[in-house]
Amino acid sequence: MPAGLNVPGISGEDQERIAQSGIDLSRANRCGSYLQMDQDVVHATCKEEGIEVLPYGVAVARYAWLNDYAWNLVPRDKDEITAYVAGQDRPVGYVIIAKKGSKNVLPLQACLFLGRETIQHVHNIVIAEEGAELHLISGCASGSHVGLGGAHYGVSEFYLKDGARISFTMIHTWGEEIEVYPRSAAVLGRDAVFLSNYVCMKPVKKVQMYPAAHLTGENSVARFSSIVIGLPGSHLDLGSRAILAARGASAELVTRAITKGGTIISRGHILGSAEGTRGHLECKGLILKDGRIYAIPEIEGTVVGTELSHEAAVGRIAQEEIEYLMARGLDEETATATIIRGFLDVRISGLPAALQEQIDASIDSADRSGF
Amino acid sequence: MLEIRDLHVEIGEREVLHDLSLSIGKGETHVLMGPNGSGKSTLLMTIMGFSQYHVTHGEIHFDGEEITHLPIHERARRGIGMMFQRPPTISGLSLGKLLAATAGGGDEMVLDLARKVNMDRFLSRDINKGFSGGEIKRSEMLQLMIQRPSFVMLDEPESGVDLENISLIGHTIGQLLDKDVHIVNRKHCGLIITHTGHILDYLDADRGHVMCDGEIKCHGNPREILKEIKTRGYRECLECRQD
Repeated sequence: MPAGLNVPGISGEDQERIAQSGIDLSRANRCGSYLQMDQDVVHATCKEEGIEVLPYGVAVARYAWLNDYAWNLVPRDKDEITAYVAGQDRPVGYVIIAKKGSKNVLPLQACLFLGRETIQHVHNIVIAEEGAELHLISGCASGSHVGLGGAHYGVSEFYLKDGARISFTMIHTWGEEIEVYPRSAAVLGRDAVFLSNYVCMKPVKKVQMYPAAHLTGENSVARFSSIVIGLPGSHLDLGSRAILAARGASAELVTRAITKGGTIISRGHILGSAEGTRGHLECKGLILKDGRIYAIPEIEGTVVGTELSHEAAVGRIAQEEIEYLMARGLDEETATATIIRGFLDVRISGLPAALQEQIDASIDSADRSGF
Repeated sequence: MLEIRDLHVEIGEREVLHDLSLSIGKGETHVLMGPNGSGKSTLLMTIMGFSQYHVTHGEIHFDGEEITHLPIHERARRGIGMMFQRPPTISGLSLGKLLAATAGGGDEMVLDLARKVNMDRFLSRDINKGFSGGEIKRSEMLQLMIQRPSFVMLDEPESGVDLENISLIGHTIGQLLDKDVHIVNRKHCGLIITHTGHILDYLDADRGHVMCDGEIKCHGNPREILKEIKTRGYRECLECRQD
């Protein structure tokens, strides 16, 4: 049994917020952990053979070849966020290298904690070498007392070599005054599989992200799943993009969005530029109370032999469904919550049970708060 | 046990049930017949309390209590249950989860009952999603078996069901209605909508009613009514009984 994760100087309440982001502070069910508080790396270890977890600075000093990976997928000058991160004298973040054929049974966890009213910047690089299988949960949270505002700028680059698999599950527990700007991209080799899951059930001022997956290897697969609730005052501009550039590549982009007064923009773009490619984009939204859901699904094919589809729906819970459950004895509130719980239940094939349970726990927590 | 007096019901602006009265005693099973669109399903939905059906006049009493304006779940908790003809699909909600919520736990009991109606393989599937006609009926039966209502309403339990499953559903309904209990000890009662009468091959009904244009126009022995409908059609039956 490993020693618990030492989180210096934060309250029990904030530790709870970290836990809600999927971080197991006991480390009992994780093979390794990375913990960054503001700009300080507090912890970076992994006990799984063949998997290295290093602070960014240590990694680039140790492995010169990392320069071929850094800023290769996300351009430094993409926007002011990337320029800000690229302009740092002391870049901070994590580098995870899953060596050829390695596999973690218990997931690896990365916690990015914002404890002060400042900008937290991170640059992460994740490399899964040939045939490696890596499961990573990223818990992002801010301290409950960061009331006057703060921001998180995060650049993440994922490299999946031939036959590699990465599942990346990101759970946000930010605060009402926090702005969050992830900038992420992945490149997939032959037969590689990338599962990217995003869960946000808590209030946040603004999230803006549009991760892209470049499927350059034949028969590679990418699946983006987002489960979000837009609470009053929240502006969530979310989306994902898949470029199907090799024969047999496929992608699925799935979003479940609920607004209770917040704004959710759900973007999606699939480009089919090679024969035998398939892509499906699905966005379903529920407006529970005011708010706005703006779905922008885009599919673009440039060759014969690509099959792309999209499905988008925004509405409210069908009264017929609520009353059906009430006829089984559930009161209206319970029936409504049960339907919402089901609406958010996106089963992700290939995701380890521990990570699916973590997603379920996030939804359960929102359920207990009455969504 | 169920007493309906002078009931008028509107859907939107249109009155669909007119001055309807019906009484079902403890332990009794009644059958409701009538042409399509005559108001049979509307009557069941109104008794269950669905919001689309507005009672403009009259009363519904159950077990001595007026329930005309009670919310649906309160009626369900007082012992009214319903098998839906076309229940909705609820994405993401598995049959097993709903049963667990209804049963308040008791996974083993749920599994045992599911096996009895060959639905154990469906517990992890979304409710009604991709279910065949027979599977929907068995799912509905299973939900009622867990709920164990004292008054059961069944909307065309045999429609879309093959012969083998009709037998299973018929016998299960019989159990819900205490048909395996001596007549003097039966406590549960029921109201069954049927077009074909096939369900009567598996359970005895005490009384039949024919609905037409939102009114109950004929009462009597269910088998005799069914026989007349089969030979003369609804219009003949209604004219005959009204004389």
